[in-house]
Amino acid sequence: MDQFILQILNGLDKGSAYALIALGLTLIFGTLGVVNFAHGALFMLGAFVAVTMSKLLTLSHKVVDEARTDFLGNPLQVDVPYIYDWFGQAAGDVIIDWAVPISIVAAIPVMIAIGFIMERGLIKHFYKRPHADQILVTFGLAIVIQEIVKYFYGANPIPTPAPSAFVGSFDFGVVLGFDPNAIIYPYWRLVYFFFSIGIIAAVFAFLQFTTFGMVVRAGMADRETVGLLGIDIDKRFTIMFGIAAAVAGLAGVMYAPINSPNYHMGMDFLVLSFVVVVVGGMGSLPGAVAAGFLLGILESFASMSAVIDFLPGINQIIIYLVAIIILLTRPRGLMGRKGVMEE
Amino acid sequence: MLGLEKKDFRLLLIVIGLTMLAPFILNPFPEGSEMAQFNAGYPDLMQRFVIFGIFAIGFNILFGLTGYLSFGHAAFLGVGSYAAVWMFKLLSMNVLPAIILSVIIAGLFSLLIGFISLRRSGIYFSILTLAFAQMSFALAYSVLTPITGGETGLQLALDDPRIFGVAQTASGNIPVPAIFGLEMRASYELALGSWLFTFNAGYYLAALFLILSFYLAIRIFRSPFGMMLRAIKSNQTRMSYTGLNARPYTLAAFVISGMYAGLAGGLMASMDPLAGAERMQWTASGEVVLMTILGGAGTLIGPVLGAGMIKYFENIFSKINDTILHGWFAFLPDGLENFVVAIIHPFIGKGWHLTLGLVFMLVVIFLPGGLVQGGQKIAAMFRRKQPEDAQSKATEPAE
Amino acid sequence: MGILEVKGINKRFGGLQALGDVNLSVAENTTHAIIGPNGAGKSTLLNVLVGKLIPDSGSVMFDGQSVLGRKPHEINQMGISRVFQTPEIFSDLSVFENVMIPCFAKRDGAFRMHAIESIFAEKGIQQQADEILNDVNMLEKKDMTASSLSRGDKRRLEMAMCLVQDPKLLLLDEPTAGMARADTENTINLLKEIRAQRGITMAIIEHDMNVVFSLAERITVLAQGMPLVEDTPDNIKGHPKVREAYLGEAQV
Repeated sequence: MDQFILQILNGLDKGSAYALIALGLTLIFGTLGVVNFAHGALFMLGAFVAVTMSKLLTLSHKVVDEARTDFLGNPLQVDVPYIYDWFGQAAGDVIIDWAVPISIVAAIPVMIAIGFIMERGLIKHFYKRPHADQILVTFGLAIVIQEIVKYFYGANPIPTPAPSAFVGSFDFGVVLGFDPNAIIYPYWRLVYFFFSIGIIAAVFAFLQFTTFGMVVRAGMADRETVGLLGIDIDKRFTIMFGIAAAVAGLAGVMYAPINSPNYHMGMDFLVLSFVVVVVGGMGSLPGAVAAGFLLGILESFASMSAVIDFLPGINQIIIYLVAIIILLTRPRGLMGRKGVMEE
Repeated sequence: MLGLEKKDFRLLLIVIGLTMLAPFILNPFPEGSEMAQFNAGYPDLMQRFVIFGIFAIGFNILFGLTGYLSFGHAAFLGVGSYAAVWMFKLLSMNVLPAIILSVIIAGLFSLLIGFISLRRSGIYFSILTLAFAQMSFALAYSVLTPITGGETGLQLALDDPRIFGVAQTASGNIPVPAIFGLEMRASYELALGSWLFTFNAGYYLAALFLILSFYLAIRIFRSPFGMMLRAIKSNQTRMSYTGLNARPYTLAAFVISGMYAGLAGGLMASMDPLAGAERMQWTASGEVVLMTILGGAGTLIGPVLGAGMIKYFENIFSKINDTILHGWFAFLPDGLENFVVAIIHPFIGKGWHLTLGLVFMLVVIFLPGGLVQGGQKIAAMFRRKQPEDAQSKATEPAE
Repeated sequence: MGILEVKGINKRFGGLQALGDVNLSVAENTTHAIIGPNGAGKSTLLNVLVGKLIPDSGSVMFDGQSVLGRKPHEINQMGISRVFQTPEIFSDLSVFENVMIPCFAKRDGAFRMHAIESIFAEKGIQQQADEILNDVNMLEKKDMTASSLSRGDKRRLEMAMCLVQDPKLLLLDEPTAGMARADTENTINLLKEIRAQRGITMAIIEHDMNVVFSLAERITVLAQGMPLVEDTPDNIKGHPKVREAYLGEAQV
């Protein structure tokens, strides 16, 4: 039983990332009808916003520390972050420590801006082109973005720690009445899960309760009619692209402490996210979210040693296997709408 | 000639000429000169040119004609490599049975995957092929280690049976792949003045296969079958209301392109007898997509050019470094020289992927027919004076 | 006994009875029109005939064989060709290739692995294609890409693609929909010619009464998924039930 709960929890954080990326992919696909292979790159960019933020916060200048000397006996030069000068050392340390959460504030405008540029500069010219062309050009874009990041940040993963307050793990075992340490779960992953839920809820609320969201939903259902009503749906779709980019970016920012960001993390997530979208049903937002969590948890169950002993290698292929079965038996996915992308 | 129209025959002759004379063409710079590093005429790279050319020609039969975008074709190449290495382990070091088996195994594997994946079209088809290829990769990497060698890859060993050959040579080494005694690594070097040209047995074997592959591709393109494949890309509704069943046509195209990939994999293993799972990864499938589109999907010569271009970038372009750049721009005033070098720097050397990505995007956006179309456009610009030319261009069969 | 015998077809979509007990008999060598106001079930019936929809009950016999449960390409191979409301052609291919494809389909069936033979060697097929293009006055356009044709030419091309298969039954789905008057006249003349020269049985689904009365030898009127009457054009014209069904629509 405790193993069971542990696996569900383990599946949640990966599932959250899948769900967030798949949600953004579906928003773009549902509204613009564009298959965006560069979405993983947006996730990766988000993570690098966090990396950049922690670099910026620790930007330092050299100060000669009179009290200490280096091994040659010269006065020691120490790096002092500018932030110490402005806020004092204590406050400065706290700010540096909280770099990742602070990046959220920066990530939202940055990612929305990137989304706008992408949509206006490239994607909008591909609305009427075949899906294969959309896949190809965004695939090319993903390579370009990836290589730019590699150029500036190098090829190695860059550790980006969570605030020290979240280091350590929460012991679910004690709370739920199992043995202590039977179910331990890192605090930050818990944070990531609740953060994702918050973002997902915000996106749904936005679509459900605002006029803007209503128009976008109507546009997803029937773009032509909405266009005929004289509503400038294109502008709204551009904004939706920005929002989708922000969602992917935020997923990336918060994921930075879980897996040190590297330039190709986007591609790794992209393939799985597409599988998630297809399983959930192309164009279905709830489907994308549900499938994200479902596949995350399934993957984590499949990596239990009992399962692997029984079916070796299943943890590696479970997601793909599920996708193939779903695609062949329920072509519309779990919650897909009729007619989306059929032929 | 050979059942080809005059124009196609000419194209075939060009390809034969290019491949046979490649050791000269690719080594234009004298040995030891500053430019010698841009010589691509060494066996290893030339082999890669033609092997990936074959891979791309095959991929183009599927994607270029039917429009079905597979993101999993590297799996067939990987399977072909494994099959060939197993032949080396079990049978003998003769490459011919190994290559034949690669093609057969890849064909069977693609029949299975194609049969399932082709039940869907469009993006669903792409995702299905992607999922199958990633599954094959993951399995080859982990559970199937006894067959695939897992992380280290499948390698030859001194205690392999090799029932029709020798387990080890007289000197106690692992024997090398050969065709009826001629070793794949055997090379003849020709020095002409300060130029050095290398003629490698493995390269010429692979080049013969490329010519054969190319010839077959022309025949397929010009056949009723090829026309049906283009009809599928154009309008599947009309296809079925004309009494044609699209499924077996697409499946046949899928299997043919899978067999081409298997051939490429088998040749790859013949040049260097080992096979690793990373050959099956989806990024490897993405690479053949890049090659085909860059050169010109749906054209005959395009994929070969695309493969050559990417491999040249990967191996030669990536070697350009700042020192070389400074050498090139030394004629500029110092400040300007540094500026120019700084601008170019991100795009060369290790940054070649960035250049590739940008070029690829530009091709997709502006030149859906790839570099071949670009070439045709430029050629048409010079021939503007004949007005009927532009019109006939539209319907001219893809070159 | 007609070449096409439809008996007791029912088709429901959810709560909507799209087709209720529809009977239809198309006699060989006639032009049979199926008319009715919007939503009468004309398109549903057509989709049943070509295998796109499977009815809940009833039978559809063509030339003595049931078509139900067969795929569109199988039904075409039985001898039914279809012309669409908006022409379905192979836009990326040349006009000549467009008509060659149905020739191959007619000769080689639904699939044949003719991957090594050259198109240029298929003299018989080329001749067939040339002839039909000549018949529809499009021979001089044979090397054009189909997508660059005018709307009227696309329609002619589609017609040629159907005719070259020498079908036993030609189904036409609103062949003049959205056409200007002159184009409509042209189409009527083209169809009359085809009818006179080739003696092909035709079933036309049409909205435009002008077209119907200039072509049809027999008319079935559908209303709300039910067959109302089946008779000759002259009898249909004055039929009170038909007037009633079309009440508010000025064509009759």
